[in-house]
Amino acid sequence: MAAATDNPPADITENLPDLPPSTLLPPLFNNTNPPPELLTQGAEALLYRTTYLVPSIPCALKHRPSKPYRHPILDARLTKQRILAEARVLAKCRREGVNVPAVYALDWEKGWLLMEWIEGGTVRSILDRWLHSTPVGVDASKRESELKDLMSRVGQTVGELHRAGVVHGDLTTSNLMLKPVSTADDTLASSHEEEGKQHQEQREQHLQGEVVVIDFGLAMQSVQDEDRAVDLYVLERAFGSTHPRAENLFQEVLRAYGESFKGAKVVLRRLEDVRMRGRKKSMIG
Amino acid sequence: MIAIGLEGSANKLGVGLIRHPPKGGPAQILANIRHTYNSPPGEGFLPKDTAKHHRSWVVNLVKQALKEAGVSAADVDCICYTKGPGMGAPLQSAAIAARMLSLLWDKPLVGVNHCVGHIEMGREITGANNPVVLYVSGGNTQVIAYAEQRYRIFGEALDIAVGNCLDRFARTLEIPNDPAPGYNIEQLAKKGKHLLDLPYTVKGMDCSFSGILASIDVLAAQLKANPNQTDALTGEPITAADLCFSLQETVFAMLVEITERAMAHVGSNQVLVVGGVGCNERLQEMMGLMAKDRGGSVYATDERFCIDNGIMIAHAGLLAYRTGCQTALNDSTCTQRYRTDEVLVKWRD
Repeated sequence: MAAATDNPPADITENLPDLPPSTLLPPLFNNTNPPPELLTQGAEALLYRTTYLVPSIPCALKHRPSKPYRHPILDARLTKQRILAEARVLAKCRREGVNVPAVYALDWEKGWLLMEWIEGGTVRSILDRWLHSTPVGVDASKRESELKDLMSRVGQTVGELHRAGVVHGDLTTSNLMLKPVSTADDTLASSHEEEGKQHQEQREQHLQGEVVVIDFGLAMQSVQDEDRAVDLYVLERAFGSTHPRAENLFQEVLRAYGESFKGAKVVLRRLEDVRMRGRKKSMIG
Repeated sequence: MIAIGLEGSANKLGVGLIRHPPKGGPAQILANIRHTYNSPPGEGFLPKDTAKHHRSWVVNLVKQALKEAGVSAADVDCICYTKGPGMGAPLQSAAIAARMLSLLWDKPLVGVNHCVGHIEMGREITGANNPVVLYVSGGNTQVIAYAEQRYRIFGEALDIAVGNCLDRFARTLEIPNDPAPGYNIEQLAKKGKHLLDLPYTVKGMDCSFSGILASIDVLAAQLKANPNQTDALTGEPITAADLCFSLQETVFAMLVEITERAMAHVGSNQVLVVGGVGCNERLQEMMGLMAKDRGGSVYATDERFCIDNGIMIAHAGLLAYRTGCQTALNDSTCTQRYRTDEVLVKWRD
């Protein structure tokens, strides 16, 4: 007889050697002043904000650090494949006129990609704030139509992406940015941070701007209806789980998507199949 | 409270007896025994033969378990059996045995989801509180996290399970299935050092192994036809050990990657590895390196609890029984398809 926790198994990490953390910057950026600012740490990439060529051009730095658990040959192979795939997809989208960040520079051996900085907030955060605020003196039907307009721009942008032969692989409202349409005084405002913030808040009250798709880490080039439909399904689920109040608005996204390119209607029909079965099959054994 | 658990979803027949102390505290393992059906090298286990094996051993195992535990049938509160998922015929053998015991001893039945059994036993043994669970075995490959009374599947294999990929490659190489094909691959991989190119098939949090198996089978056939191949980088000869090494390095890197993605997604720092493949020391090491880099921790159990066993069925069944779950005799069926997220986990907050 033994109690199950007589000798509880130890945490495996305790017996492993200390290795340099993956939060180290790629060497090229060690002397950047001010140092790149870490924004988010995902599973495989770290996103920094830094500047490109001159201090006044902000840019995004995506670093895919080498993974200590992977065999070095496999690690180098995957990092190269993924950096190149992402850059190629971005370049393709750019050529086809889809709103995505421009690629500035990359190094697949060191695992980094430098991209255009997209001003503004994510559709997720803007939508959250919008749905939870009830400003006085604003016409409810006007607010509704503004929201509908944003949804239709989202649908259109996703349509353009698919028309270009690219599926995103991780379409969520966090990966859609609402970029304010730049005016002359915006450039001035960005130098005065406080003022810039005010401007931004004002704009967010009107849900205006360009929808820009970001984070192509899981994207691939495909024109298959199935892949496109799964892309839409993922977006639909993301809408449902993060913005329950906006769930009915997704119809507007689909409507605009359906009109965005030839073949979009077929994708919408396929989406019904995907909805029926879910993204995953039933488990066997 | 004492429960007996019968597990027979694949080629292992396990019987376990567990006691949950009335005032709480760690569960006590009274008995945990297992008998494995091994097919000859180059062959897999067939459902018919495996079911026959279970039928002929189950009475012996139950008797032995009771004796080891020093309890009588009257002390047992409920009889737990694997409802699924698994192979049909072996599952049925264990279910029939459970029904027989229920009628014989006049005790209630509890049908248990095999995957939930693995998760609950892993949590009990390691004390991991709310981990991301990687469940890897011959039949299942899933990345699971708990949320609102369900074990939710965040990622899974889209075709064959990772253990099935390893087992079938052991058949290709015709290495023994005793004690386990995966174990023998692991031992052979320790001697390998050249990494050969294999597909790397991760899609979001899901992965696929059938293409990798096809590729490594082709490489094995090439090696058999021409044993004098050399590594392009070092000029050293390539061996079967290198094939095992390459296969393990590739598929485990995929598993660690999807686990890391799930961790980032749910914001957890704990990993629990369960299932037969979870015994693999290289997988444990790789998982540890990943978690350490994130400032997290990794827990795994040894072969007594990783490989299919009766005690985990008894444990998960008793947890459910204590919340009032019972399976009526008429409903005491088994099923080959039974997703982890179908179970309502009433015993957790």
